[in-house]
Amino acid sequence: MAELVQQENRLIFTEEMKKEYTILVPQMAPYHFNFFVSAFASEGYNAELLRTDDYDLIHEGMKYSHNDICVPAMLVIGQFIDAIKKRGIDAKKVALIITQTGGGCRASNYIALLRKALEKSGYPYVPVISLNASGFEKNPGFKVTPRLLHKLHDAMLFGDLLMTLVNQTRPYERYEGDTKRLLLEINDEMKAYFNHASLFSWRRQKRKSKDIIERFKALETDKTELKPKVGIVGEIYVKYSPLGNNHLEETLEKEGCEVVTPPLYDFFLYSFDSGIYDIVEYGGSWKKKQVLKLAIWYVEVRRNKLRKMLKNAGFEASVPYKKIKAMANGFISHGAHTGEGWLLTAEMVDLIEHGAPNIVCTQPFGCLPNHIAGKGMIKKLKKHYPKSNIVAIDYDTSASKINQLNRINLMVSNAKRQQMKD
Amino acid sequence: MESLRVGIDIGSTTIKVVVLDHKNHIVYKSYDRHLSSVSKSLKRLLERLQAQLGNQKMKVNFTGSAGLRLAKYIGAQFTQEVISATSALRHYVDDIDVCVELGGEDAKIMFFDGVNVEQRMNGTCAGGTGAFIDQMASLLDTDAAGVNELAKDYEKLYDIASRCGVFAKTDIQPLLNQGASKKDIAASIFQAIVNQTIGGLSQGRRIQGRVAFLGGPLTFSSELRKRFIESLKLENVFMPENGEVFVAIGAALEADGDLMSVQDVSDKIAAYRKQYKDNLRKKLNPLFESDASYEAFKVRHHNARVEYVEPNDYTGNAYLGIDAGSTTTKMVLLTDDDRILFDYYEHNRGNPVDLVRQALQMMYKQLHQGITIRHAFSTGYGEALIKHAFTLDGGEVETICHYEAAKYFNKDVSFVIDIGGQDMKCFKVSNGVISSIVLNEACSSGCGSFIETFAESLGHKIEAFANMAVKAKQPVDLGSRCTVFMNSSVKQAQSEAASSKDISAGLAISVVKNALYKVIRAHDVTAEYGTDIIVQGGTFKNDAVLRAFELETGIEVTRPAIAGLMGAFGAALIAKASAKEECSSILDAKGLDDFTYSTKRATCRLCHNLCALTINIFNDNQRYISGNRCEKGAGITQSYEDIPNLYLYKYDKILSYQSSPTKTYKKTVGIPLVLNMYENIPFWQPFFDALGVKVIYSERSSKKLYEKGQDSIPSDTICYPAKLVHGHIESLYDQSPDFIFYPNIPFNFHEKDYADNHYNCPIVAHYPEVIEANMDHLELDKFMQPYITLGDETKFITKLLTMLKGVLSVTKRELKYAFNKGMKAYLDFRETVQKEGERALVYAQEHNLNTIVLAGRPYHIDPEINHGIPKMIRSLNVVVVSEDALNHLANQNSVRVLNQWTYHTRLYDVARYVGTLDNVNLVQLVSFGCGLDAITTDEVKEILEKNNKLYTQLKIDEISNLGAVNIRLRSLLSTMKAGVHRG
Repeated sequence: MAELVQQENRLIFTEEMKKEYTILVPQMAPYHFNFFVSAFASEGYNAELLRTDDYDLIHEGMKYSHNDICVPAMLVIGQFIDAIKKRGIDAKKVALIITQTGGGCRASNYIALLRKALEKSGYPYVPVISLNASGFEKNPGFKVTPRLLHKLHDAMLFGDLLMTLVNQTRPYERYEGDTKRLLLEINDEMKAYFNHASLFSWRRQKRKSKDIIERFKALETDKTELKPKVGIVGEIYVKYSPLGNNHLEETLEKEGCEVVTPPLYDFFLYSFDSGIYDIVEYGGSWKKKQVLKLAIWYVEVRRNKLRKMLKNAGFEASVPYKKIKAMANGFISHGAHTGEGWLLTAEMVDLIEHGAPNIVCTQPFGCLPNHIAGKGMIKKLKKHYPKSNIVAIDYDTSASKINQLNRINLMVSNAKRQQMKD
Repeated sequence: MESLRVGIDIGSTTIKVVVLDHKNHIVYKSYDRHLSSVSKSLKRLLERLQAQLGNQKMKVNFTGSAGLRLAKYIGAQFTQEVISATSALRHYVDDIDVCVELGGEDAKIMFFDGVNVEQRMNGTCAGGTGAFIDQMASLLDTDAAGVNELAKDYEKLYDIASRCGVFAKTDIQPLLNQGASKKDIAASIFQAIVNQTIGGLSQGRRIQGRVAFLGGPLTFSSELRKRFIESLKLENVFMPENGEVFVAIGAALEADGDLMSVQDVSDKIAAYRKQYKDNLRKKLNPLFESDASYEAFKVRHHNARVEYVEPNDYTGNAYLGIDAGSTTTKMVLLTDDDRILFDYYEHNRGNPVDLVRQALQMMYKQLHQGITIRHAFSTGYGEALIKHAFTLDGGEVETICHYEAAKYFNKDVSFVIDIGGQDMKCFKVSNGVISSIVLNEACSSGCGSFIETFAESLGHKIEAFANMAVKAKQPVDLGSRCTVFMNSSVKQAQSEAASSKDISAGLAISVVKNALYKVIRAHDVTAEYGTDIIVQGGTFKNDAVLRAFELETGIEVTRPAIAGLMGAFGAALIAKASAKEECSSILDAKGLDDFTYSTKRATCRLCHNLCALTINIFNDNQRYISGNRCEKGAGITQSYEDIPNLYLYKYDKILSYQSSPTKTYKKTVGIPLVLNMYENIPFWQPFFDALGVKVIYSERSSKKLYEKGQDSIPSDTICYPAKLVHGHIESLYDQSPDFIFYPNIPFNFHEKDYADNHYNCPIVAHYPEVIEANMDHLELDKFMQPYITLGDETKFITKLLTMLKGVLSVTKRELKYAFNKGMKAYLDFRETVQKEGERALVYAQEHNLNTIVLAGRPYHIDPEINHGIPKMIRSLNVVVVSEDALNHLANQNSVRVLNQWTYHTRLYDVARYVGTLDNVNLVQLVSFGCGLDAITTDEVKEILEKNNKLYTQLKIDEISNLGAVNIRLRSLLSTMKAGVHRG
């Protein structure tokens, strides 16, 4: 039995724990997180993705966290505690992992809130691992090795790829359920993919991507009648997590729309880039700046290849990071990079300019950065793009679904009317 | 013949139908409230329709929020209500610029320009509209039409928070209690709706030109329209015929689906009802499994009671306690051996003075010569007013009264929770002392009166409504955030055909969850508060609430039979304990008969707070002033000016940084008095001065200033300090400086090495971006919002050099000089503040005074943001110190949360320091909507409790009701030096 070790006021994740413990991963982005878990597993961690999808688990979160804290924190905490309590796993052999962005937003504090909640709910012995790029909190049993990093990178690419393909295919599939079936099939195959341990597996990544794109292309679709495109932007958790946004993707598709969700990778590049910005503007390490620049460059090289493949196969691909960054110009400064910051505004501009002027801007109730980059920018966007059709939806522990639906419905009605006019 | 078209509009509170013929003439229309059940009302409506139209085939189109799911289910056409309204408007008139539509719970604005329509709906946090008027009407003891009548001859408008019903209620209740006229309140309610519509929905677009008014409230309330017209200075208003069913007309015009008969629709809806009956979204367990378990429960609670005695069977002394609460007035008269001679419990329905007078008269009638009232105490919101009106012997803070009463039932009581009409009080007792007090904040005050208002809106009496809950089989889960959300949840439950029984039980459970998880925030009640729990307050008279509480906590609690009278009972016990030889000074029966009472309103102009005073005049010559924040308004001559008060000190200090009136300047710069500027002005003013630039500031904050900028606020849930920025910027433009300077400062000064980082909060850091994006009606060329850091001189100078180009010719050297000058001034300022903080502590010690560290952010020194709380504390004879004046004295240790915001690091530090001092307590000021404080409050509390200190939090917003603040502070002070503040 692994010993509990306290360091700097926290339990650390030891090497023995790596052997004995199961690491629980909260669900945030369904297209991506599967692969993250596979990547962890291939590196010798017993990782398990939490698939609980019942909004009721928020009650566990509410019980053990401050009531005014935002929905993502409550849901993640709720999902963890619910899992430890109900699912018959040995609570003494469980560790949790959570990402920590380290920006000026309160999301950087989730890990502390989670620890408090664990203490209050009677699991003070459960260690929490911080997954971050800022070098917070080191753990001897959990090391982000270059190989793991590269696998996570792959996971991100595949997640974005599948999200794009599914969103562009499912609304038009001829046989209902085809797309979903293919998605599940590929998800299964990917486990084996990550077991391959090479650091320089970009050839395989390319081959696999090509294969996936072709299989999606092969699905029979009917695009005689194009559906209005609706973009989803917003706070990172409620943007991607069906649990957080009441299954927004599904709702919009049912309303007869094609959903466009900007890639998750952009958010990470944006985070790196923010680091560069701060070093340039406010001072900092030159070396760190170069590393970040290199990282962005490398990722974009890989992504450009994917973009090309997608385009060749007749799919739409996301615009390069540089372009998306330029889209914020004239709206908001790149210095505004708390939370989703300028990226959120830039994504809206991108959506509007690329055929999806209909946008759901999601945010947890009372989300601070979104007051600035989301709701704060809508007026300016409207002025530049009179046809933009943006609805801001607040997600809350007990916001009524019907209110959300009604507002989404208004946006969709307008979208359809506009499409008919055009 | 062309077929008829039917539009059915199912809103949150009403159901409307319109039938149009091929010439678009209205063949049939109706407008009804659907009270509880949408499907039932719809069924009735369809029956009427069938009687009118027989079985002909028609095109049916649904619209309205509650119709969405239903229409989907039965496969009928559905048009979103804003779209329906737009198409109806287009049909009748084509020159409308703006349309304002208020519905039961939704508010909408449509801006028309050419072919485009821009439509807005209220966000999820914006209750008050039609349902809001209803809710407020019940406070005034009338209905919506009555409010309109009242509003016709108003004299004065009060500030009533416009964000949501709960806030407004906290504003209105004290006004009523202080005897303000209902007429004025009614008009103020309408004004609040106008402000909310402008503040919440216009978002930078002005409501002007030809404006259409739609929806029930605007159709039926002439005075509401008047308030809109006056506030917006409208000249051209369009009021359609049939405004109340206008949206249904739009739906009928849009009807374009398959033909169906009324019978077809009815059949489908019957199927829908059937399905949804057994398929409610969220179900909870019933409160009682069986009638038997309810009986057992009743028997168990029957034991906690006080004996009564008939006045005729008793001779001797008596002691009176009067609890003038926010929604109810209670009275208890006790004998020497603690039996009740007389009790009284009544809803306020307006003025408590009249009510207490009636109750006293009633009491005197029942007493006889042999009973002498020896001592009489008042408590509750109206404590001071009642004490003065009826010349009682004393008053006591309500928390203390409740503790006294609770002790009577269980001397080992460890925890008391009191849920009253509008407020919730809980306190923990350890070693015989109240050790932590929790009162609900303005945003969760939907307690007892909330259930009551709901019961009434569903057409039930509260008692009957409570009894229903006991029998509920599947209580509805309504969530536990706030009234406004519960309104929507109830709406949803109704649209899913939940019964009133299940809703009633659901409400009871929600109130309890609110209390436990939101107010007390107890995850494990018994572990934290022990098992000797007493529950009380009017709301616990509701068996459903009591049961829900027991189920949720998992323990059996004591509910005294006099649960609703506990405050008065406690006051009577205290009266008894402090009784002296002589008789009570309370007005006798004769005095009551001659008693006269009138009120006058005035505004105190002795300082910038401009308190709205109510002057209560008793018996033509005695005056009691309420509504004041400090002693000045009350006409008290004793001066507290000498007592150190860092909030007042800092505010004056900041404003003392003025450019010289004699010096000639090259340019003028406007700096808004907002957010972090309240701390950085000591840097900026000397900095610009050194560059030869004259600094002018925006005017001081006020409600007026806020209103001036409110139509460009894009987010209605942002904190009040941020909302105020808009008004300040407007005010700067009025003074036309050469340029306006408002920088983005993501990183603050690096004050402490051990802090993880030194961010500003996202709002403080980036609000200038919001200003630029949303105030484009101003000359934005003048508006400078660079990203800067004050922590790195070289970077700062480079930035300012490029930025100032074109406005001002400065050299690097000059900038360097100015920077150093500014920095020195800033550091001096910080040091002076710290010196003053130290002096305050010494002063407190020398004069044996209590000290409160009022911990907030730099901008909390703005009196419009702190609502004069610092002054109010001073008038309680207490020294007030700010967080940034003492944090430097703290032992420097890291805290458990990520310690990355400069202002917050100060909070943690000062909390640790307070822990080491005697007679010093910390009170944290938190602005509503501050997301970061969800983290800091917990941490500060933990730090204080580790040092055995009480934690008190005051939540502030636009509202300026200080009643609750007063109670908390006095309760806190009573634990600091017990006895000193009694009487």
